[in-house]
Amino acid sequence: MPNLNDIMIMLPEFYLVAAACLLLLLDAWMKPEQRNILHWVSILVLVVGIYLVVAGQPQVTVTAFGGMFVRDATAEILKVFILLCTALIFVFSRPYMQDRKLFQGEFYTLMIFATIGAMLLVSAGNLVMVYLGLELMTLCSYGLVALNRDSQLSSEAAIKYFVLGALSSGMLLYGMSMVYGATGTLALVQLHGAVAQAGMSNLMVFGLIFMIVGISFKLGVAPFHMWIPDVYQGAPTSVTIFVGSTSKLAAFGMAYRLLESGMGGMAHQWQMMLAVLAVVSLAIGNLVAIVQTNLKRLLAYSTISHMGYLLLGLVNAGPEGYASAMFYAISYALMSTAAFGVILALARAGFECEEIDDFKGLNQRSPWMAFLMMLAMFSLAGVPPMFGFFAKLLVLQAAIHAGMMWLALVGAVFAIIGLYYYLRVVKVMYFDKPAEGLEIRPQADGFLRTMLSLNALVLLALGLYWGPLLGWCRAAFAG
Amino acid sequence: MITLSHFIVLGAVLFCIAVAGLFINRKNVIVLLMAIELMLLAVNMNFVAFSRFLGDVSGQVFVFFILTVAAAESAIGLAILVLLFRNRSTVNVAEIDSMKG
Repeated sequence: MPNLNDIMIMLPEFYLVAAACLLLLLDAWMKPEQRNILHWVSILVLVVGIYLVVAGQPQVTVTAFGGMFVRDATAEILKVFILLCTALIFVFSRPYMQDRKLFQGEFYTLMIFATIGAMLLVSAGNLVMVYLGLELMTLCSYGLVALNRDSQLSSEAAIKYFVLGALSSGMLLYGMSMVYGATGTLALVQLHGAVAQAGMSNLMVFGLIFMIVGISFKLGVAPFHMWIPDVYQGAPTSVTIFVGSTSKLAAFGMAYRLLESGMGGMAHQWQMMLAVLAVVSLAIGNLVAIVQTNLKRLLAYSTISHMGYLLLGLVNAGPEGYASAMFYAISYALMSTAAFGVILALARAGFECEEIDDFKGLNQRSPWMAFLMMLAMFSLAGVPPMFGFFAKLLVLQAAIHAGMMWLALVGAVFAIIGLYYYLRVVKVMYFDKPAEGLEIRPQADGFLRTMLSLNALVLLALGLYWGPLLGWCRAAFAG
Repeated sequence: MITLSHFIVLGAVLFCIAVAGLFINRKNVIVLLMAIELMLLAVNMNFVAFSRFLGDVSGQVFVFFILTVAAAESAIGLAILVLLFRNRSTVNVAEIDSMKG
């Protein structure tokens, strides 16, 4: 029977579910012109959620509901950043949504439900919870991608996302059924024990392969990346930023739970598979990004390459590797909120500001926005002393310590190739002449500009002073 | 005598039909939704078979969750399909290609 203790352990999630339901009611009651209240209440809800996660942090790993839900340091850190990213997305997207007549309650409630899904996913202690958390997150995302009802691109992106997302869930489930058949348990802890004890059978290896395919789809690792560019381009930018930040953190959490908490005993089987996936992802992501003219599409291919780097951390399959991969996931999430945040801040009614040509001569029109975009691009490219540089350094180091020098070399070479397309955006902003007749000015919302500036400056600040965050990540896996 | 392997083979065959339906189909998005349902049912077949032969009930409980989520998933899928048809007046897979590169 669930008792009060179980509920207290899951308090942040329970609180968010209740808050999301109340927001739904609030939205039904309010007049359209009062919707700003909903916006601020939603942000407040997420900030209180961060407080509950941090304040209720247990000293040791605790589980609730018979091991279904795990609350450990890994989950805590990921949840803080998941909530933070969603709150930033709300701040950045209000003017964008207002300009497109999409400023409606369902954006906020769907986002919060998707965030709850992400939180359950990173805390999953059982294959059932992994599946339910994942589906809660992705089902909400399908709806969010299709939010712009009259846009052809948006509905096309939604159907592609839906079909490939459902395919990947199917693959993941098929893998889970095999693993269940081989071990007779769905709980990750017992699964870990069973894998270590029984070793591997054909059924286990088969299940593992299908599960890795499912995880790769969700992370957007090549060759399972087909949906990423279309979804990034077709979805409203305020949803793209969610798919690029919050759901990447959750996907890392899922990969960690399944691969380490569940299948940790088969590490040398999956290490090699992940290494191959990482190389393919780095190659496809970095090379195809070079020819893109649409910035959202370029950032989509850059995501694919960044997920390749994240895999370099996971390939290590030790505490150091997981810490560096989590550090990478956090850095990527913050970089993508900054980069898409600038796109959101520059977009206006009828103007998406998503072509690279739209950024021509941005420095002459809005030097501060150009500077923020430059910080985001340098960080994504991994230019020292930005946040992204140290994240890359740590995953490369993790790969070397795993005895995969060749993999680290491939990673370093593709980092240099990747530099080209990020720097092209900077060059266009600083050295090209602005296009005639194109008036670009950032949104006037003062809070948005402050938070966006903070977000981009944090990329520099964490690049200069990264010790505490890294220490936090390392402590999470030290036990 | 029907053994566990018969069920596993049946599950695998259904799963393969579903994957083939997703990749070979070039005509209609509705067929894709059917293929997705078939895929989840193949997984359910596996879970129920394993659960029966292992004498462990948790696999059957998982099947209930999968069925519920599959219902929600097809509701969302059909809603997106209606949206797509309204915007483009077609559900032909080959014509859904306005984004490339």
